[in-house]
Amino acid sequence: MYVAVKGGERAIDNAHRWLAEERRGDREVSELTIPQIREQLSLAVQRVMAEGSLYDPDLAALAMKQARGDMIEAIFLIRAYRTTLPRIGHAAPVETGSMACDRRISATFKDVPGGQVLGPTFDYTHRLLDFALEAEGLKPEAAPATAPAHAGDMPRVTDFLNQDGLIQSETPSDDTPPDMTRQPMEYPAGRPLRLQALTRGDEGFVLSMAYSTQRGYAKNHPFVGELRIGAVAVQMKIPELGFAIEIGEVTLTECETVNQFTGSKTEPAQFTRGYGLVFGQSERKAISMALVDRALRWEELGEDNLGAPAQDEEFVLSHADNIQATGFLEHIKLPHYVDFQSELELVRRIRAGTETEKKEVAE
Amino acid sequence: MSDLTPEQKARQGWMSVLAKAPPKRLAALFEAFGPAPDHTWLRPCEIGGVMVRGRAGGTGAPFNIGEMTVTRCALQLASGEVGHAYVQGRDKGHATRAALIDALMQTEQGGALRRAVLDPLEAEMAAGKAVRAEKAAATKVDFFTMVRGED
Repeated sequence: MYVAVKGGERAIDNAHRWLAEERRGDREVSELTIPQIREQLSLAVQRVMAEGSLYDPDLAALAMKQARGDMIEAIFLIRAYRTTLPRIGHAAPVETGSMACDRRISATFKDVPGGQVLGPTFDYTHRLLDFALEAEGLKPEAAPATAPAHAGDMPRVTDFLNQDGLIQSETPSDDTPPDMTRQPMEYPAGRPLRLQALTRGDEGFVLSMAYSTQRGYAKNHPFVGELRIGAVAVQMKIPELGFAIEIGEVTLTECETVNQFTGSKTEPAQFTRGYGLVFGQSERKAISMALVDRALRWEELGEDNLGAPAQDEEFVLSHADNIQATGFLEHIKLPHYVDFQSELELVRRIRAGTETEKKEVAE
Repeated sequence: MSDLTPEQKARQGWMSVLAKAPPKRLAALFEAFGPAPDHTWLRPCEIGGVMVRGRAGGTGAPFNIGEMTVTRCALQLASGEVGHAYVQGRDKGHATRAALIDALMQTEQGGALRRAVLDPLEAEMAAGKAVRAEKAAATKVDFFTMVRGED
């Protein structure tokens, strides 16, 4: 147990002043601005928004600057800020079907209607350091905007499979989803709560869980049916007016996996699905989320519980949050003097007892 | 939302444009239109969070993704029209201008305001989107499977 201590104000104050100085770094180097972080480290900014569970690029960039680039510290700052915001309301579920896609690929259909749109991807780069970026002031070449834009909504890959009944369909519903930021977690959590926990979960943790399923711990043999990244409008009903307006736009990454089928003597074989949807451009996270979502659906899909970590809802959900994890982990560095004193006493007493016994045996 | 009156539909349209407009550009266009009219606050600017939702599988049961920052306010012009604003982000100036425009759009200045502010905003936002869509289209590939040699 950690016990509150007093004193050390001056030391703490000096430590924080030094922190500020170290954060600034060499003053010969110009200071980073929030727009620079927002525009040029945008994927980091988007990760802070996804795991901080608050979409606001400027705030996420500020948090990164304040945290000296420590992502979990930045996410912590965003989570703390988020708790001070009054909840104005909730938006209607976003229509990812009408996303303005920057990127849209399918690993299952080569000739997917709408096409394979690569977008600004790291894929097919050679992963060689580009020393041209080291030289400042070089103007990047503008990306060609030479092809006619896709007209209308990009069709969903799962819809093609659905037409033939080859894949499970989702059951449409307008139920109010549970909100883990408002109610304590309860198990079994159910899919909506699982998806919320996964989308704000630590990218590394969700990635590792997903990887474990690929390596055979709860094998679910996924294909990326579709991955799309782009902007979607957020609509909210305005109570004063009685109708909905678009209150903004968010960039999202959506991944739909097509997984090994289920079927029985009475039901024809069908592919199953996993789903990932994350704030920002973050396909590693979205694919991971879809794999873990699928693994956690074992019971509903009548599969065996293989005892794999990724099938254990309580294990996955209670360890996915990096702020909870870091809070509990890092608190052990805070003063535990009283606690440790008692342990010390105990060890000394036990040792003293053993010594006496030894003496008695010798005599 | 199909049972909205034409007035409501029009208002829905301009409020949506104002919410998504780049704040700086909106400020420049509104300033060029003329001095901001006097108003009284019905609800001063308030920054808050709106929970954004998705659907399992894109079409199934709703779930919470996370919040986004939103600023809202409500005001009344001296002539009585009430303007509301709900805009993305934490810019109170943006929300105030959006509410003023919402109110002014209900006055006889509506037509002039549309031409001076809303139409250019809408055109610029659409142009930005179009360029992005064209850039995306330029990255469209045709994969082909290599012939393997055997039949």
